[in-house]
Amino acid sequence: MALAAVAQGDPVLRLSGITKRFGALVANDSISFDLARGEVMALLGENGAGKTTLMNILFGHYSADSGEVEVFGHPLPPGQPGAALRAGVGMVHQHFTLADNMSVLDNILLGTEPFWKLGIGRAAARARVAALAQDFGLWVDPDAVVAGLSVGERQRVEILKALYRDAKILILDEPTAVLTPQETDALFVTLRRAVALGLSVIFISHKLHEVMAISARVLVLRHGRLVGTVATAETDRHRLAEMMVGAEITPPAPSRATPGAPLLVLDRVSTAPQGQRPGLREVSLSLRAGQITGLAGVSGNGQGALADLLSGLVSPRQGRFEIAGQEVAQWSPRAAIAAQIGRIPEDRHRTGTIADFTLTENAILETYGNRPHSRDGWMNWRAAQRWTENLIALYDVRCPGPGTRIRLLSGGNMQKLILGRVLEEAPKVILANQPVRGLDIGAVTYVQNQLLAARDAGAAVLLISEDLDEILTLSDVIHVISEGRLSPGFPRGTMKPADLGQWMAGQGFDHAA
Amino acid sequence: MRLEAIASPTLVRSLGLPALALVATFVVGGLLAMLAGADPLATFGLIVKGAAGSRFALLETLNRATPLIFTGLAVAVAFRARLWNIGAEAQLYAGALITVLIGTRLALPGPVLIPLMGLGALLAGGVVLLGPVLLKTRLGVDEVVTTLLFNFIMLLLISLLLEGPMKDPLGMGWPKSEAIPRDARLPRIVDGLRLHWGFGLALLSAVAIWVIQTRTTLGYEIRAVGLNAEAARFAGVPVGAVMVKTALLSGGLAALAGYSEVAGLKGNLTLDLSPGFGYTGIVVAMLALLHPLGVVVSALFVAGIFVGADGMSRAAEVPTYIADILLACALLFMVLAILLTKFRVLRG
Amino acid sequence: MSEIVDILISASFWAAVLRIASPLIFATMGELICERAGVLNLGIEGIMVIGAFSGWIAVYSGLPLWGGVAVAMLAGMGFGALHAVLTVPFGLSQHVVGIGITLLATSSAYYAYRLSLPQVTSPPRIEPFQPVQIPGLSDLPFVGPALFSQTPLTYFAFLTVLVVALVLYRTPLGLALRAVGENPGAVEAQGLSVTALRMGAVIFGSGLMAVGGAFLTISAFSSFFFEMVNGRGWICIALVVFGAWSPSRALLGALLFAAFDALQIRLQQTGFGTLVPYQVFLMIPYVLSILALILMSRRANVPAALMVPYNRGER
Repeated sequence: MALAAVAQGDPVLRLSGITKRFGALVANDSISFDLARGEVMALLGENGAGKTTLMNILFGHYSADSGEVEVFGHPLPPGQPGAALRAGVGMVHQHFTLADNMSVLDNILLGTEPFWKLGIGRAAARARVAALAQDFGLWVDPDAVVAGLSVGERQRVEILKALYRDAKILILDEPTAVLTPQETDALFVTLRRAVALGLSVIFISHKLHEVMAISARVLVLRHGRLVGTVATAETDRHRLAEMMVGAEITPPAPSRATPGAPLLVLDRVSTAPQGQRPGLREVSLSLRAGQITGLAGVSGNGQGALADLLSGLVSPRQGRFEIAGQEVAQWSPRAAIAAQIGRIPEDRHRTGTIADFTLTENAILETYGNRPHSRDGWMNWRAAQRWTENLIALYDVRCPGPGTRIRLLSGGNMQKLILGRVLEEAPKVILANQPVRGLDIGAVTYVQNQLLAARDAGAAVLLISEDLDEILTLSDVIHVISEGRLSPGFPRGTMKPADLGQWMAGQGFDHAA
Repeated sequence: MRLEAIASPTLVRSLGLPALALVATFVVGGLLAMLAGADPLATFGLIVKGAAGSRFALLETLNRATPLIFTGLAVAVAFRARLWNIGAEAQLYAGALITVLIGTRLALPGPVLIPLMGLGALLAGGVVLLGPVLLKTRLGVDEVVTTLLFNFIMLLLISLLLEGPMKDPLGMGWPKSEAIPRDARLPRIVDGLRLHWGFGLALLSAVAIWVIQTRTTLGYEIRAVGLNAEAARFAGVPVGAVMVKTALLSGGLAALAGYSEVAGLKGNLTLDLSPGFGYTGIVVAMLALLHPLGVVVSALFVAGIFVGADGMSRAAEVPTYIADILLACALLFMVLAILLTKFRVLRG
Repeated sequence: MSEIVDILISASFWAAVLRIASPLIFATMGELICERAGVLNLGIEGIMVIGAFSGWIAVYSGLPLWGGVAVAMLAGMGFGALHAVLTVPFGLSQHVVGIGITLLATSSAYYAYRLSLPQVTSPPRIEPFQPVQIPGLSDLPFVGPALFSQTPLTYFAFLTVLVVALVLYRTPLGLALRAVGENPGAVEAQGLSVTALRMGAVIFGSGLMAVGGAFLTISAFSSFFFEMVNGRGWICIALVVFGAWSPSRALLGALLFAAFDALQIRLQQTGFGTLVPYQVFLMIPYVLSILALILMSRRANVPAALMVPYNRGER
């Protein structure tokens, strides 16, 4: 159900000829468009297509190399978020921009008052925030400290921040990536109220069904170029997908799994919470050979704790933890590697690789202590390099050579090297934590097919993802995690997204045994 | 302004900017000389003459460079692992203390004492740094402040010992220790030249550290921990153990500076054994971009400036503290120059 | 034990506590402002030295005492500006830059001292701040001589804590400062300049550190000596941690610390003092600082973005 576009009068926003280069990369290539009052416009494109860069230019985080932004007919000075805010542009960033140590109200008030003034106008602000929350359906406790808020609540605070400053144009960067299906519906209700009140919305996404559901018009970006503008009513998912990728998408179609013996078993395992992140609460889970187990859930609900446990970073506080029938005693990353757990970490930049190390140095990160990479404490760099050249060839890592610093590689090629490092050790269990996040479609398909191949070769795979579509496509069994608790396993095809959404919101756990 | 990474910097950029940093340092030095009413070029001429103008000057520079190579290596090794050891001064004194204790209290022949004192110093320095490092890895206490505070504690401890149990009865009231026996001193490299084997040991240490860093698993681990401890821990590198080994190595190297000064040059322990060699080691290491062989070159450069400034200030009316200012400027300009070889500055 | 009690009930002891605490309070507040904004300022030791020297030389060359305070503050802000430029927009290592600033400021002070007084052997003296009696309060028994017989700069130090706390918790500027040390992205997204806030905090904080240094030469003593700051800067860094980045608790830490220091000075004069070498007493402040760091290591609410440089638009 799309909203009708009412392009009445002058546009509220006009971008003309925006070009932005990062070194040799052209992130935005002469992009122009108009936004009408009361319109929801979707900005569609793969990861790396230049959507976020374009919006960061609009909001003033970056300056464009050329081109101009006009808001309500007035040119916007480049590179000043303050100017964009004053002109009525509000942005909800993909990575929330909140100070965790302060209250919701203080985050909303930040930067809205002159610096040198005794007293912070909290009383008046509290009333306005309450009114806005009422009008837009954005309820959140104004005096709660942000550190204790859920992801959905944080997003509501971000939207309130923009509305508090009288934003007339609301930019939302991948707003649904971290929400349950139900929360996404609630967000859409809020957005529809906003446009009914005369606001305009730019909705950035790469999820086709959401774009179809909320927008009146779709702009498609590919490799930094605007490749098409279509009215949502006149297109469909297939055509949009083709415009976005430039070719037809064929999602992986997994064959039926033939599950084997349980290779890794958790029996009522609990772990200690880490700062704001919850620990596991009596989690029972069995990863079987030849099967992909999917873990769905809103981010920050214990996925990190489970990943840390399987990676060897955290030990169980209670419960039984068995690998191949043996109870785990001394647990560490090294022990996990020795137990043949292959680990693809969530953040390939921070935990998966060392940016200033070469490909060779990164390729041997888990095995540098073994032959042939070293012997009696002496490195054998020649052997390490041969090994890396082999990985580069086998896993199609596009790079100038094994001596290149890995920071110069694209995310996809970085992930292929990590994949090669893990899979070449023939792991029995594979922990794949957000393995395709931020990758372009080619790399996504490659990584997913490799995981399926590993499954068919008899590995037990645990796939953690915030993308419900990915979980539903790849998993043979699905568990949902919420506040550190794990749902029972649902076999493939037994659950609809909305059913999983209920579990993701924490419903159902009290009844489940 | 905004910084943007440069994928592959040109040679002009990677060599030109550090050179420019040195030029800028000497421009500041020239201005300081003018402030003192001296001619800048003449002042620099006097510094060069004082550092390398005669055989005596040159040897003095080499002698002064010896402890700086050790402390520079100590800092370079630690900073590579992102262990901010600002306590090389304390570790130096710990090394000197053990050297004197072993040298004066154990009645052993010289050829036995010489290596024994060295080993003792190596160990003592490592142990001194171990405390702050364990506080860091176990409790998360910032090692910068603790190593700095240890410098003061160590100096007071030395003072206590020199005025108490270790006081030289023949010292005419001065707080100094007894001297180690003649045959326990580090011999001279060439007969008749005032340069002892401490310098040789320093060069050897630099090569050894270079080999460790590039050829051993420990070196690989240290670099991994320094560049990204989180990724290293995830990959199974024992981060805590690597930190402890780094601490033993770094502290030990700094302590060898104390050993070499006592056993090679002074013979006994006094409170002015080190005019801040530990702190200057930071400058030496940074100017060398933490490269162990580069430390030798930069230690010679830094020693030259100190020795040269001493000579210069006797001839001209420019205070010797100009040397300290020059080095602080060189440090700051150099870190900025290194950054600009990797990043370009953009507007907006 | 009775000796300690005698010390604790003497008014002169408490007067000394406030005097010893004053330079620490200024410098601790300066460091606290820097760290709340996300910048560790290891230039503190050198900036205190330059403050001690510049304040003193200004008075020595004829400026009034308050003129000396202003000169010290400006000198501190100058070195603070250098620190700020290198660590904020350029994002260089705060450890290396801080040590560099300390070396530069210290050697600059020594160079300037030698240049302005080439021949002197014993440092010349100035007429320092004198204690000011506060009508009414200073006449109270015990409390008067203990607390209200201080130099103006000591009263000023306590006033500074009040102002810093007020700004930090009761003004929009303080809100922005606390936010920029926690998540600079939040500050930029609300249209404020991360660079301006952080640089401003470092520059002003450095000014306060320099006033702390100047207290030594123009209020506590009357001359400038080499090594007179003697690690006080590093102690202040420990005090900020001890105070869990809160002005009032940092003040408490400074007072506690000064009390121990005043106690050890007096204990040295007693029979106990002759048994123990004086160096042990002198070690106490440094040992206490390390203990404070250990004690607070588990529960400190360290600003989340402390020592994390912010590069605009970095992804």
